[in-house]
Amino acid sequence: MRVLVCVKRVPTTGGRITLTPDAQEIDTRFSGWTVSPHEECAVEEAVRLIEAHGGSSTVLTLGPPAAEEQLRDALAVGVDGAVLLETDGSEWDPQETAAAIAEAVRGLEGTGGPFDVALFGNEAADTGGYQVGVRVAGALGRPCVTGAKGLEARDGTLVVRREAPGGGVEVLEVPMPAVVTVKEGINLPRYPSVPGRIRARKKEVARIAPQRRGPRLRKRRLLLPEGEGKRAEVLGHGPEAADRIVEVLRSVGVL
Amino acid sequence: MTLPEEARVVVVGGGIVGNSVAYHLARLGWKDIVLLDKGPFPNPGGSTGHASNFIFLVDHNKEMTKVTLDSVRQYKELGVFTESGGIEVARTPERMEELKRRVASARSWGVEPVELLTPREVKELVPFINERAILGGFYAPGVGVVDSLRAGTLMREEGERLGALTVAPNTEVVGIDVERGRVVRVRTDRGDIRTEAVAICCGVWSPRVARMAGASIPLTPAVHQMIDVGPVPLFEKTVGEIEYPIVRDVDRNMYERQHGSEFEIGSYAHRPILVDPDDIPSIEEAPLSPTELPFTKEDFDPQMEDALELFPEIVGDERVGVKYAINGLISLTPDGMPLVGETPEVKGLWSVAAIWVKEGPGFGRIAAEWMTDGNPEIDPHQSDVARFYDHQRTSHHVRARSEEGYNKTYGIVHPMEQWSSNRDVRLSPFNARERELGAVFFEAAGWERPFWYGSNERLLEEYGDRVMPREAEWDSRWWSPIINAEHLALRDRVGIVDLSAFAIFDVTGPGALPFMERMCVQPMDVPVGRVVYTPLLNDAGRIKADLTVMRLGEDRFRIVTGGLDGPRDRKWFADHLPEDGSAQLFDATSAWCTLGLWGPRARDVLTAVTPDDVSNQAFPFATCRWLEIDGVRALASRISYVGELGWEIYAPIEQGARLWDVLWAAGEPHGIVPVGIGVYGTTARLEKCYRAYGNELELEYTLVEAGLARRTVKDADFVGRDAYLKQREEEPAAVLCTLTVDDHTSSQGVQRYMLGREPVLTRDGRPLEDREGRRSYVTSAGSGPSVGKHILLAYLPPEHAREGEELAVEYFGDRYPVTVAVAGNRPLFDPDNARMRA
Repeated sequence: MRVLVCVKRVPTTGGRITLTPDAQEIDTRFSGWTVSPHEECAVEEAVRLIEAHGGSSTVLTLGPPAAEEQLRDALAVGVDGAVLLETDGSEWDPQETAAAIAEAVRGLEGTGGPFDVALFGNEAADTGGYQVGVRVAGALGRPCVTGAKGLEARDGTLVVRREAPGGGVEVLEVPMPAVVTVKEGINLPRYPSVPGRIRARKKEVARIAPQRRGPRLRKRRLLLPEGEGKRAEVLGHGPEAADRIVEVLRSVGVL
Repeated sequence: MTLPEEARVVVVGGGIVGNSVAYHLARLGWKDIVLLDKGPFPNPGGSTGHASNFIFLVDHNKEMTKVTLDSVRQYKELGVFTESGGIEVARTPERMEELKRRVASARSWGVEPVELLTPREVKELVPFINERAILGGFYAPGVGVVDSLRAGTLMREEGERLGALTVAPNTEVVGIDVERGRVVRVRTDRGDIRTEAVAICCGVWSPRVARMAGASIPLTPAVHQMIDVGPVPLFEKTVGEIEYPIVRDVDRNMYERQHGSEFEIGSYAHRPILVDPDDIPSIEEAPLSPTELPFTKEDFDPQMEDALELFPEIVGDERVGVKYAINGLISLTPDGMPLVGETPEVKGLWSVAAIWVKEGPGFGRIAAEWMTDGNPEIDPHQSDVARFYDHQRTSHHVRARSEEGYNKTYGIVHPMEQWSSNRDVRLSPFNARERELGAVFFEAAGWERPFWYGSNERLLEEYGDRVMPREAEWDSRWWSPIINAEHLALRDRVGIVDLSAFAIFDVTGPGALPFMERMCVQPMDVPVGRVVYTPLLNDAGRIKADLTVMRLGEDRFRIVTGGLDGPRDRKWFADHLPEDGSAQLFDATSAWCTLGLWGPRARDVLTAVTPDDVSNQAFPFATCRWLEIDGVRALASRISYVGELGWEIYAPIEQGARLWDVLWAAGEPHGIVPVGIGVYGTTARLEKCYRAYGNELELEYTLVEAGLARRTVKDADFVGRDAYLKQREEEPAAVLCTLTVDDHTSSQGVQRYMLGREPVLTRDGRPLEDREGRRSYVTSAGSGPSVGKHILLAYLPPEHAREGEELAVEYFGDRYPVTVAVAGNRPLFDPDNARMRA
């Protein structure tokens, strides 16, 4: 079995988000870099598919040279190979991105055989476009399931579970090769081990210079929603604080 | 909680340091203390919050070790210390030697027990270590882990219980107002507080807060990386915080420790990553906390294989995941020491910064004592924030030295090791000549000082074995037998020494005499033209400085002190200047260069270049005169730190080259040699048993113990007089002695030469401790080529301070027999000082 998983390098969030002075980008001075939680799950799913069925997995990203870090993160948890579609770091719109990935997939399949499954995150953590997986499926003429919360390969077909709109679960059967976009919660991604990280350091990352078609979307500017920053509130000291804490825990539904 | 409008002191920063300062001030009786932090308690988001919290006890530096031991004592008192033991493991033979040196330092500072372990013994204590990767270990069972956040909470609670402390979390300082050079107000985002004292305990933010008051705290935030892996199956059954000794893999600049069911790996091996204090994220902007920056794997990952090699069972377990990884911010300083004390720029503005968890409570106590009566029990002079010259406060210098120092965190650092970054900052006018003569430059306070001269290599043949050559690489590192050859040539003929690193202050005005009289132990009401060597004391009668004073006029004194002591001494004088402005202090360091001209032929040389009478009658010892030297008007002072006839000659700095050339030319017929600081500061000084500040002289010893108490005490009042008079009545607890080494042969049959700080023991290996609990150790060590002995100075308990007493010194694991040559203050060489007075 051959599995492809596609990820996107995005800034970590957690602190208050600020914008660059031209309001075109998020200010990443204090950020680390990561992939979206959906994509972490997609990577885990790729590793599990190969563990269950044998074969090989490949992680692919389109991004700047530094996106090698996200590829190696995936290698560290057990993905076998990595491909970087190297850009100058500017944001490619979903059509451009999908076209470049589809093109790269054709190339990779030409030498290594078809990917039975191409996994994506349901949406990127920064742009949230929900488009790239679907567009790649369209370009390659493959069936596509979005928002997958369960995945199983059986005799040449994929059984995919997804949350149905309005509640309930939808179970679909899809012939392979197929494209699946994965939602957080489908699995619990593993932490990398140190030997995994050491192996990842030594693996080759294939680099491809993608052809850019030219963007058809133009970002005007980003706007920050009005919101509260992190604020610490002292609930009390010592045992007297217990009642307030119980109240808070109830309100967030953990008690 | 409303913020008080007024406070006796505002402590800014609620990490371990701020909490400790507030706590000790409260215990010393201070009231109206306000402790504020821009973050919440107990973890406001500074470096304490992500600290690894372990404490190793032994440092080669006495001050740091004493502060660490005091901190451990305090943590134990608070009940937050868990003893785990700690092992520094060696992967190389050089490190095994270094570990022997650590055993010696432990003995010198009284850290016991400690022992060297074989790999098998290490394995018994740390069963999951790969003992084949190591050659041995240095084990200190007293090493442990603290809960520094809990300690802070307990300290705040105690301050509140004493009714002394108001705690204000989520309160950010936005300004510090200064009027007439004094702190008057702290402005915060929640209101202003009037106060006359502010303690900046803000860790990595300290430079930013100090700048609000116009002061500088020269540190830089830097990244220290650590990761947590787990859960470790091997630790499934462990209970509590820590059960296995912490391991420092010092040869790889890493440490590893069990931490509940996790395993923490920390590193100082990666490239230095410095952060500008202005680039630290705010609490709101920070993804984790302001001092836990996103982990940069590419910096850390190369070290994982070292961890894997040492702990394959844990780190190599595929089930054990990397769960937490940060670039934690810590504070680095240009010389690796903390920044404590009142800032020289602003009265009432105190720095208690660049302090790690292992030293926090100790420096908190020092700062509180210092703020209370100026008399901290542990001498903090190496950490004094006032120790820097302006150039050392520049971001350029701070960054360069911090970067260079970072990878030495666990390094094997030779006591004489020189910095390589940011050199050639202060050059004397003799520098070009010195280069021509092949000078090997060592740095002192930014000055490039010749330590010896390559051109003197020819003297080696002349003096043969009298130069006391050294076989062992360590003993001869940063050393040359040429030093000893220069020494002998100086004693035989005449030498010229660049002393431009002296710090020079002029005190002038109608109040100059009473002011100087009040500052100095020795009488200052001496005839114009006299030169006086004098110690300075603090109020408690402890030694604050030693220096020479020239009386240049009725209302004019010139103070000359060591380059390393200059800024501290200047602050000490400035702090005591009369309020009425009747005396002024002027720093003339950058105006005057100094040449030492000493040796039996010194008068011949000087006579050849000056029309003035320099005979013993016209120009006696301990006087100074203005001389005309080939058209240069120079101030000559007839004193000597090398014990020879001669002068310190002071000239305007731009005429220095001229002065050098004329003395050189006149000296050639007399066989003049350029002489480096290796002679001036060590060999010649030690033959004369002269004391040096920071070695023999410091707050922790008295003039009586140092053998510097004169027969009489002047009538005029001076700082520390009462305490000094009392000391003179008592039997000293220790006596500074001069020892010589009887046999240099090591267990390997190599001749070894101690370099200083080694423990002094009885012949059968027992440490000596005086009645105040101070261990005897070598305060200075060096060759005495003219007496043919290796000379050591050490304070000994009176019962051992007897000439002929046979003792021993431990050096790299071997004991060497030594004998007390002089008990008290008498030179080994030329004991009657006939040569100086010739």
